[in-house]
Amino acid sequence: MSTSKVATMHDAVADLIRDGDTVAIEGFTHLISFAAGHEIIRQGKRDLTLARLTPDLIYDQMIAGGVARKLIFSWLGNPGVGGLGAIRRRIETGQPAPLEIEEYSHFGMVGRYTAGAANLPFYPIRSYFETDLPVANPLIREIESPYEDGKVYAVPPLKPDVAIVHAQRADAAGNTQVWGLLGCQKEAAFAAERVIVVVEELVDEAVTRADPNRTIIPGLIVEAVVVEPFGAHPSYVQGAYDRDNRFYLDWDAITRDEDSIQAWLREWVHDLDGRASYVEKLGAERVASLRPAGPAPSGSVNYGEYR
Amino acid sequence: MTQPSGAGTATFSKSEMMIVAAARELAGQRVCFVGVGLPNIAVNLAQRTVAPDLELVYEAGVFGARPERLPLSIGDPTIVTGATAVVSMYELFSFYLQGGLVDVGFLGAAQIDRFGNINTTVIGPYDHPRTRLPGSGGACEIAINARQVFVIMRQSARSFVETIDFRTSPGNLGGAEQAARIRREGGWLGRGPSVVVTDLGIWHFDDDGEMRLDSLHPGATLDEIRATIGWQPRIAEDLQATAPPSPAELDLIRRELDPEGAYTK
Repeated sequence: MSTSKVATMHDAVADLIRDGDTVAIEGFTHLISFAAGHEIIRQGKRDLTLARLTPDLIYDQMIAGGVARKLIFSWLGNPGVGGLGAIRRRIETGQPAPLEIEEYSHFGMVGRYTAGAANLPFYPIRSYFETDLPVANPLIREIESPYEDGKVYAVPPLKPDVAIVHAQRADAAGNTQVWGLLGCQKEAAFAAERVIVVVEELVDEAVTRADPNRTIIPGLIVEAVVVEPFGAHPSYVQGAYDRDNRFYLDWDAITRDEDSIQAWLREWVHDLDGRASYVEKLGAERVASLRPAGPAPSGSVNYGEYR
Repeated sequence: MTQPSGAGTATFSKSEMMIVAAARELAGQRVCFVGVGLPNIAVNLAQRTVAPDLELVYEAGVFGARPERLPLSIGDPTIVTGATAVVSMYELFSFYLQGGLVDVGFLGAAQIDRFGNINTTVIGPYDHPRTRLPGSGGACEIAINARQVFVIMRQSARSFVETIDFRTSPGNLGGAEQAARIRREGGWLGRGPSVVVTDLGIWHFDDDGEMRLDSLHPGATLDEIRATIGWQPRIAEDLQATAPPSPAELDLIRRELDPEGAYTK
């Protein structure tokens, strides 16, 4: 029997994230831990380096919330809607505070986590040729194949101090199961020094053991399991709730103006004590409207019993 | 912005014409990597019309998506349910794209030059941009590793420019000869851009690797083409007239794919 790693969001963030850390809240449009991001803002963490392929609304909120000094990314936008005003203002005008950036492509970021997870000195990819990206970011470097068959580009390993991953379910030991878009959460988690898993549902160890192929992160590398239903809203969780597109559209207006962002942060982050209050404020009707139209269960497979 | 076109029985907007023309270009293609924005609606229309067997690849980690609604972005639960395979982004970029399985990479762009080089990073200098754009996402590696690249974008003097401010995704570089040599010597799988569909017409690339207007959309004029481009454009001698959207194509866009007009306004 393993010891339970179940913790509150408050304690997980307070105990595991330090000022100045490199933090990766991963999840590609899917399973983005807004709940953790909001708790980081609430606790007033400072000088973080935030890493993520797509900063999405959560990093726009966190950067507006004053927690970060640097952003590592590969695509900066409100997916399917528009821009991220708080981040753009800081890059374009340095107002209200400058933001350091380190930019890659998606494959470059995935390669960085992969090198970090596998303890490699770099990751080689066939990208960046004849582009300005290696000029903008000198950490992207051309290298010669040691087998004399051409050149590739290398990206350095990314080893976050903390990776935060939202998932459908985990057991108390932290064995974490995900379905739907997998993004690069596995790579980010294995690359990180400490891992916080946030789940819709805490399940018995027998449930994870009954379907081991679905476990993307083993409890071995997990420090804390936070149970936070609806913790990925306004992003989505396959099979549980849809993206709240109304919110993504609303954000387009909120993010255009620093005062409106700060007002939003006050109302939806600082004045609330956690995700349960957020969900209550959101209202049962809004929550119900995001449920899938119907079920689409997978078939089950037979692993067999062998003695 | 719906305008009477006079060219068909139905009226349609310039954006609808652009999406329909882009979808038709996918006839006969097998595997398409879908970029963010306009490519998303064009490929979904193609899958419902000229290319029912088209395998849609989304960088979020989906091969063979069969979305029942238009995905809200390049990640959406509807691209997962019923898909052929859902994989990690590592597998998607390494095995599917870099492994050479993608026939067409379908991209949007903020700026493009005559040789099809694309900027989606910044307007102005990188360190002090006038406008910070989204950046590469997967576009840079798609432009290098997909067998060919299709581009869909609205035409304007700000977007069709003599010199792009930042090269995010390589096209025909400084011309066909140089691009072919560099792509061959570098072992790139991609041949580069083959078509650019705009709200005014359809451009292909000639033997010099330069964009050539091959088809003019109904309602568009050559004056309009010249007024929305930053160089002296090449126009095909046998310039075609793009067939207007059919009622069926318009119906799919308006009823099924974009009922709220997010892409077609």
